Amino acid sequence: MDKNLRREIILDNFQNPFHKKDGTFDGYIKINTNNESCIDNLDIYFKVEGGYIIDAYFNGEACAISTSATSIMLRRLIGKTILEAENLLKNYQNMINEKPYDENLLEDLIVYDEIYLQPNRKNCALLPSKAIERLVKDLKK
Amino acid sequence: MNREDFEILKSDIIFFDNNATTFKPKEVVDAVVEYYTKYTSNAHRGDYKTSLKVDMRYEEVRELVKDYINAESSKEIVFTSGATDSLNMVAFGFFKNILKKGDEVLITKLEHASNVLPWLELESEIGIKVKYAKLDENLKLTPKSLEESLTKNTKLVSLAHVTNTIGDVRDIEKIGEILKKKNIYFVVDAAQSIGHRKIDVRRSNIDFLAFSGHKMLGPTGVGVLYGKYDLLVKMHPTRVGGGMNSYFESDGSFMYHEPPSKFEAGTGNIAGVIGLGSAIKYINKVGLKNIEKHDQELKDYLLKRLLEVENVTVLNKNAESANILFNIDGVFPQDTAVYLDHYNICVRAGNHCAKLLKDELGIKNTCRISLYLYNTKEEIDKLIEVLKNSKNIFEVVI
Ligand SMILES: Cc1ncc(COP(=O)(O)O)c(C=O)c1O
Repeated sequence: MDKNLRREIILDNFQNPFHKKDGTFDGYIKINTNNESCIDNLDIYFKVEGGYIIDAYFNGEACAISTSATSIMLRRLIGKTILEAENLLKNYQNMINEKPYDENLLEDLIVYDEIYLQPNRKNCALLPSKAIERLVKDLKK
Repeated sequence: MNREDFEILKSDIIFFDNNATTFKPKEVVDAVVEYYTKYTSNAHRGDYKTSLKVDMRYEEVRELVKDYINAESSKEIVFTSGATDSLNMVAFGFFKNILKKGDEVLITKLEHASNVLPWLELESEIGIKVKYAKLDENLKLTPKSLEESLTKNTKLVSLAHVTNTIGDVRDIEKIGEILKKKNIYFVVDAAQSIGHRKIDVRRSNIDFLAFSGHKMLGPTGVGVLYGKYDLLVKMHPTRVGGGMNSYFESDGSFMYHEPPSKFEAGTGNIAGVIGLGSAIKYINKVGLKNIEKHDQELKDYLLKRLLEVENVTVLNKNAESANILFNIDGVFPQDTAVYLDHYNICVRAGNHCAKLLKDELGIKNTCRISLYLYNTKEEIDKLIEVLKNSKNIFEVVI
């Protein structure tokens, strides 16, 4: 992907994040995600009905990479089943960790396909995935 | 100052995170290496030449520390793994046994986690109350505001001498005087001051003092707990084992050594202690007064230059120690740190382990610049240049 386009998408999602809003609303599951070694700290809220993620939003404080990754991730998750979410997540994590992944499935999440070049930012890109992992685990119980 | 003594400065690194840890002069590194290459042995077990040498070096450092902080006796100097370890020992080995439900410990919201959590633990374990002293509008703790915060139940005041966030230097001499009159224990966390300014435990009436070697040009994993001797006699060891007992029998009887040995169970950080001794000698040679003066001049220069940068906000313009918090407007501190790192400038982003600071400052996260003897005005100039060009920050960090 073109470097400038990649940056533009990330920056846009950092400066105008998708579904970032304060407050708690009925019917949402709240999951906190933070990086132990740094200061990123987000609460992500999911609304799940009939096995589908029908809505999600988030709030908190985090860096450009964490915030934008959460923004793009939530946009991609809404409308997916828990199993689809799990699969998306697995491919995303593989990409961040330089393992084989399905590019088509990830859509614009591939803007992070070179984040491994900055090892100190891998955890930033993985911040939302920790929360989704927990959600999937809890819902599959 | 003295940049040539620091091997690591031969790379083009600009290190502005000296509150987190400090670089080591060659002498300190050499002292550690010498122990490992010339006379490795255990301490206190010496029946042969190298072991005797270790014993002597180890105890020499106790003397050095004693003089450095003007303790009465080297028996009041306990080697620990660092300030955190020392503060934990004080809380759980001493205060846990003498405080009662309803007794109050007074701290501030600017304390480091290691001077908050042990007291919160005691709050939940034995029912003491943790209280926070009033601060003035610049978040400074003055002797007056401290005195006003004392109640008849205050049994202990535990304070950082210098805070690692806003750079408040507490008047510990005055505070020590107040507390002595009222018979209140005084614990001082000297982690951020020990390598920067003179501390005299007797003049300040300090009951317990905690600090780490690595923040004063020494190795990591070693630190000191100073305690007045009669208090150390009453204090319980929080770790027991070899090297600290006089005897133990199968009938269940046992006896521990006198302080400080009582608190040094197991093989200590011998290389670390020897390195710490070398660091103290180095600081004595350079002179704490000179370090303090250099810190002060650089801090004033840094502040003056930062205020020139349009989109930068300084959060502690009244800092007394060489420690400045700032943010680039609209940029998350972590991103600022990554940006500066791109130019090999190391700053810390975060809450600096003082998570209660947000209540006082109204801002959770900041970038911190903390300076030391080897920093220079030229390094600050470079920082300012990079900050002035930060309009392209996201091209760099993304
Ligand atoms: C004020 C203060 N107290 C205590 C500590 C803890 O020191 P250490 O991590 O070496 O135990 C620090 C370290 O950042 C500090 O800044």
